[in-house]
Amino acid sequence: MKKIIPYLLLTMAAVVMIYPVLWLIGASFKSNDEIFSSIWFMPEHIELSVYKNAWETVTPYTMGHYFLNTFTIIIPKTVFAVLSSVLVAYGFARFDFPMKRFFTALLLGSMFMPAIVTILPQYLMWNKLELINTYVPLTLPSLFACEGTFVFILIQFFKGIPKEFDEAAKIDGCGTFGTLFYILVPCIRPAIVSIAVFTFLWTMNDFLTPLIMIHSVEKYPLSLALRLSVDSTGQGYEQRTIIAMSVIGLIPSIAVFSLAQKKFIGGITMGGLTG
Amino acid sequence: MKKMTYSNPVGVGKFTGLLLISPFILGFLLFTLSPFVCSFILGLTDSDGISAPVFNGGENYIRMLTDSGLHKAIGVTFRYTALLVPLKMLVSLAVALLLNMELKAMSFYRTAFYIPSILGANLSVVIMWQYLFTSGGLVDQLLGTVGASHVSWYGEPFHAMMIIVLLRLWEFGSTMVIFLAALRDIPRELYDAAKTDGCGRVRAFFHITLPMLKNVIFINLVLQTISAIQEFNAPYMITGGGPMKETYTLGMLIYDEMFRFNDAGYANAVSWVMFVLIAVVVALLYKLTGRMREGTK
Repeated sequence: MKKIIPYLLLTMAAVVMIYPVLWLIGASFKSNDEIFSSIWFMPEHIELSVYKNAWETVTPYTMGHYFLNTFTIIIPKTVFAVLSSVLVAYGFARFDFPMKRFFTALLLGSMFMPAIVTILPQYLMWNKLELINTYVPLTLPSLFACEGTFVFILIQFFKGIPKEFDEAAKIDGCGTFGTLFYILVPCIRPAIVSIAVFTFLWTMNDFLTPLIMIHSVEKYPLSLALRLSVDSTGQGYEQRTIIAMSVIGLIPSIAVFSLAQKKFIGGITMGGLTG
Repeated sequence: MKKMTYSNPVGVGKFTGLLLISPFILGFLLFTLSPFVCSFILGLTDSDGISAPVFNGGENYIRMLTDSGLHKAIGVTFRYTALLVPLKMLVSLAVALLLNMELKAMSFYRTAFYIPSILGANLSVVIMWQYLFTSGGLVDQLLGTVGASHVSWYGEPFHAMMIIVLLRLWEFGSTMVIFLAALRDIPRELYDAAKTDGCGRVRAFFHITLPMLKNVIFINLVLQTISAIQEFNAPYMITGGGPMKETYTLGMLIYDEMFRFNDAGYANAVSWVMFVLIAVVVALLYKLTGRMREGTK
């Protein structure tokens, strides 16, 4: 009985946290009048035609097109981020090399570098290379282990694996990369899943980078398409179409999070990753 | 963290490690260091980002001294940070403490609190937030049912800022998870010993929990402060910087100077000022948490 107060507090907080999302889903079926007259999230009736309209969007392309664009960015980016972070973390965790302390400090320091200071010159650089309005500026940097946080998490995981594993692999004839891919990578699978999931979620959420680097509607990822739809509809417009588009836009993130949740909660807590 | 050293595997030269981390070194040079240096140099020029920049001495910096729009944006950014960060720290810590009480259905609550933070800056969420606070929207109606008077969320400076603060506060999950992990690491024996010494819960919190959390408090403070000072998405999408530029953050100003007014020189100079501001704030926080640590000894 003593614990009833914490439960009460937590439940109230959970309702506050989750209700806006429920309300958003409900509102996607409501007329403008209904949105602005009821606080209950359930709509009076459910018509799926709203979602058909939302899928077709108010822009020249369907949501399918924007999803395809988004995945064209996310898939290479995720592969690049995982590969490069694993290699770099392996180097930091298992090898001695000149100036190691200096590079470790750089790695930590780069995590605190405000993005806005570097993004303007990066834009100018890509502009010079005539790569603005392509997906190169959005994907290529991931090839260089540009997320210090990821490397840092992987280093912690690598250090948790006994060094004897490496030595045993050595005796069995594994080289530097053989040891990494056959022995170490299978041990750190949860961390790799976390990195892939976070790359996915962060790319879904990223707004500033595509806003700066991508200029033609045809190449817009989902986030920019949503903004375009908001901008091109006025006050009197049926709000539910925009709301339904937002709901569709959340589905990939929620799906990926739910699928990976069990595997990656460990990864978050170990590395102290922030969303 | 235990300090561990590894000797290189037999037959592997000193440079294998360097080779493995070379992507990071290259990436750092290409995407962090050189933009950082370029940004400083461009800040000393008159540039539209297309034609060759012309060196103009410290003209951009002199302009900043009298740019009242910039002064206002800096004020707004600091007010926003000062409102959001302490609130978010308190809420995250409070919820983490509750979740650490060994309750049932813990994982359900943890997930419920964590989901908003992973959806984070997703534009769908930002759009949802915009609807929640529109005149006649959910928040307005809720306030109406409890008898509060109508609030013009977008029309009044403080309320407009609160819309954005509340959005970011709603995303406290990632900060909370870090606190929770650190709370789990505090040895139970400390509390048992305190109890036998007749130390109450409140004293145990101030003399055991807080001191044990000092590193994590510092890390969370720094991460949250850095991202708050850079805030761009939410005011850009939700309030458009209004009313009367009262939610117009430094991030928005840099974006506008660069991409709306094509003034790359000034934009880069301002972004450097932002970098210096962040560095100063982080240094101050470091000092402050250092004093906290001495105070609890």
